[in-house]
Amino acid sequence: MKKSATLLSAAVAIGLMTGGASADVIKVGVIGTMSGPYALFGKNFKMGIDAWVAEHGNKVGNHTVEFIYRDEESPNPAKSKALAQELLVKDKVQYLAGVYFTPDAMAIAPLLDESKTPLVVMNAATSAIVQKSPYIVRTSFTMWQNTVPAAKVAKTNGSKKVAIAVSDYGPGLDAEAAFKKTFEAEGGQVVEAIRMPLNTTDFGPIMQRIKDSGADTIFTFLPAGPPTLGFVKAYIDNGLKAGGVKLMSTGDVVTEPDLPTIGDAGIGILSTYHYSVSHDSPENKAFLAQIVKDGGKLDEVTMTSVAAYDGARVIYKMIEATDGKRDPAKAVDAVKGMKWVSPRGPVSIDPDTRHIRQNVYLRTVEKVDGKLINKEIKTFEAQPDWALSSK
Amino acid sequence: MQTILSIGLDGISYGMVLFIISIGLSIMMGLMRVVNLAHGAFAMIGGYLASYAMRDLGAGYALAIVVAVIGTIIISIPLEILLYRRIYRKSDALTQLLLTIGITFVIIGLANFIFGPTLKAIPLPNALSGPLDIGFRMIPTHRVFVIVCGVITALALWLLIDKTEFGIRLRASVDNSDMADSLGIRTEWIYAATFALAVGLGAFGGVVGAELLPIEPFYALRYMVTFLVVVSVGGAGSIAGALAASLLLGLADTTGKYLAPEYGEFFFYLAVIVIAFLFPRGLFGRAH
Repeated sequence: MKKSATLLSAAVAIGLMTGGASADVIKVGVIGTMSGPYALFGKNFKMGIDAWVAEHGNKVGNHTVEFIYRDEESPNPAKSKALAQELLVKDKVQYLAGVYFTPDAMAIAPLLDESKTPLVVMNAATSAIVQKSPYIVRTSFTMWQNTVPAAKVAKTNGSKKVAIAVSDYGPGLDAEAAFKKTFEAEGGQVVEAIRMPLNTTDFGPIMQRIKDSGADTIFTFLPAGPPTLGFVKAYIDNGLKAGGVKLMSTGDVVTEPDLPTIGDAGIGILSTYHYSVSHDSPENKAFLAQIVKDGGKLDEVTMTSVAAYDGARVIYKMIEATDGKRDPAKAVDAVKGMKWVSPRGPVSIDPDTRHIRQNVYLRTVEKVDGKLINKEIKTFEAQPDWALSSK
Repeated sequence: MQTILSIGLDGISYGMVLFIISIGLSIMMGLMRVVNLAHGAFAMIGGYLASYAMRDLGAGYALAIVVAVIGTIIISIPLEILLYRRIYRKSDALTQLLLTIGITFVIIGLANFIFGPTLKAIPLPNALSGPLDIGFRMIPTHRVFVIVCGVITALALWLLIDKTEFGIRLRASVDNSDMADSLGIRTEWIYAATFALAVGLGAFGGVVGAELLPIEPFYALRYMVTFLVVVSVGGAGSIAGALAASLLLGLADTTGKYLAPEYGEFFFYLAVIVIAFLFPRGLFGRAH
C-alpha cells in the first residue's frame, strides 16, 4: 500500500515536470495597487486585462498567456523592485506590466535591460519613465500630455492670473512645469505656485493663500484618491467658487468613482483628460459592457482599466511578433507606430518615445439622467507627451 | 490682520476635529491605561455607519450621528468583553499594542471587504453645507458646526467627570481600583462604561470630522499618529490638556500650511518637539 502510494506520487511528480516543460505558457507579471488606499486602481488593472482576455482569449497563436498579479500597495520603490525580481527569477515572466506610481516604475526600470524584459506601464505618469529603458512602452498618459491642453483652455476662457496648486511629487512637479510653460507662452501670468505635501487633508489654508494671491483661476493636480475630494470641497466651501474663481484640473481630481461624493456642487468643474467613462463611442460601450459582464461595477471604472486593456493589446502584439520567444528589442519594435481605436478614442504608440499618442478631451462635470459625469465638450486630437515630443 | 484672523479660524476648527476624536483616546490612555491603537478604527466605523445610514437607509444627519455612536458602541461590546477587559490597567504595553494593532488590521480588512476601497461621503444637510459669510471672509458652515460640537463635548465631559456621581466613582476606580472595589464600587461596570464612552466619542468625532479626515479603510491607521500626538502633548486623561494640545497643534499646522505649504508637517512636529521638551508629561499631565 505504502509502496504504491510512493510510486503514484513519483509518477505524478514526473508528469508535472514533463508537463511544465512541454506546455508553452507565457507569463506576464502585473504589478499594481491591489490593496491599500489606491486598491481601486489596481482592481481596474485587473478589470481591463480581464476584459481583453475575455474578448480575445488567452491564446496568441499556440502560446497560452497567463497574467500574474503582485501587490504594489503604495509608492514603495524597494518593494516594487523586489516584486519585479521575484516575478523575473521565480515565476520566469517574459513581460512586466502595470505600475501605478512613478517611483515604483523608476525602481523597476534598471532590471529590464539586465533581464531582457519589456515593461508596459499602465499608469505611472511622469514623462521621464520611458527614457529609463528602451524596453518600456506606456499606454496610460503623462502629466504634460494632459496639462498642456488645460493651460490652453484656461487662456482661451479668459483667465489672466492663475494660481497653481499641485501635490509635491514627480507628476505634480511635471504638471506645474507644463502648465506654467504653456500658460506663460500664451501670455498669461502665474501668480502663485503651491506645492502641497501628499498627505495634506485640510486644504483651508491653501484656499486662503490662493484667495490672497488675487488669482482668477486655480489649476490643480492631485493623484486620484482620498485627497482630491477634500480639495474640491475646500474650494467650494471656502467661497472661492461662489467668488468667481474658476477651477481647472486634470481628470485625476474628478475621477468618476469620486463624482457622487463631490455631489452637485461639483457641476461645472473643468478638466482635461484622456478618458471619460462616459466617452461616447461603440468601442467604449463594448468595453464597459464586457467589464459588467465579467462582474465588474460600472461605478468603479477608472482610467487605469482602459490603460490596462490597451496594455494587454500591446503585450499580445509583442507575443505575436516574437512568436513567444524572449526578444525584447523585436517585441518593442513591433509595437512602435502601432495604431488602433481604443475605448478612449484613436491612439497610437509614438515610435520615438514609446509613449501613447491620444486625444485629450476638455470635460465639464454635468448631471445627466440623475448621474454626475464628465461630459466631453472639446477634443484636442492626437496629443503627444509634450515633454518628449514637440509636435 | 484679516489673514491672521482667517488662519486662526481655520486652525481652531481643525484643532476641534482633532480634539473630538482624540479625547476618547485620551480617556482610554489616561484613565484605563490602555494604549488603544484601534481608536482610529472605531472612529472610522462611526463614519461608515453614518454614511451607510444616510446614503442607503435615507436617515437624516442628526439621526445618522446617533446611529453611528450607538452602533459603534454595540460593535465594540464583544471586543470589550472578550479582549479589552483583560488588558485594563494591568498588562504591559507590548501586549496592549499587539492586541489593539491586530484589531485595527482586522477592522481595516473588513471595511475594505464590506464597503470597498473608495471614499465614503457623509452628505451634509443643506443647513451645514456651503460657505457662510461671517463678515470678513467666507468660511465653510460645517466648520462652525465642528467648533460648536467641540466646545459642547469639552464642557459635557468636564461636567461628567468632575461633577457627577459617575465621575467620582470613575476617578476612585482609576486612582485605586482595589480600594474602590472593596468600598463596593463595581469597577468592572465603571470600566465598561468608560470604554463605551471613549468609543462613542471616537465615533462621534469620525462622523463630524469626516469633511477634514475623509472616511476610507486606511483611515484607521492614517491619522492614528496624529491622535496619539495630541494625547501625549496634552497629557493622557486630561480634558483641558487635550483641548489645549488640539488647538495649539491645529494652529501650528494651519499657519505652517498657509505660510510655507512645501514644508509639509514640519511645523506640526516642531511644535510637538518644543512642547514635549518643555512639558515632558504633556501640557496638563499628572504624574502617575
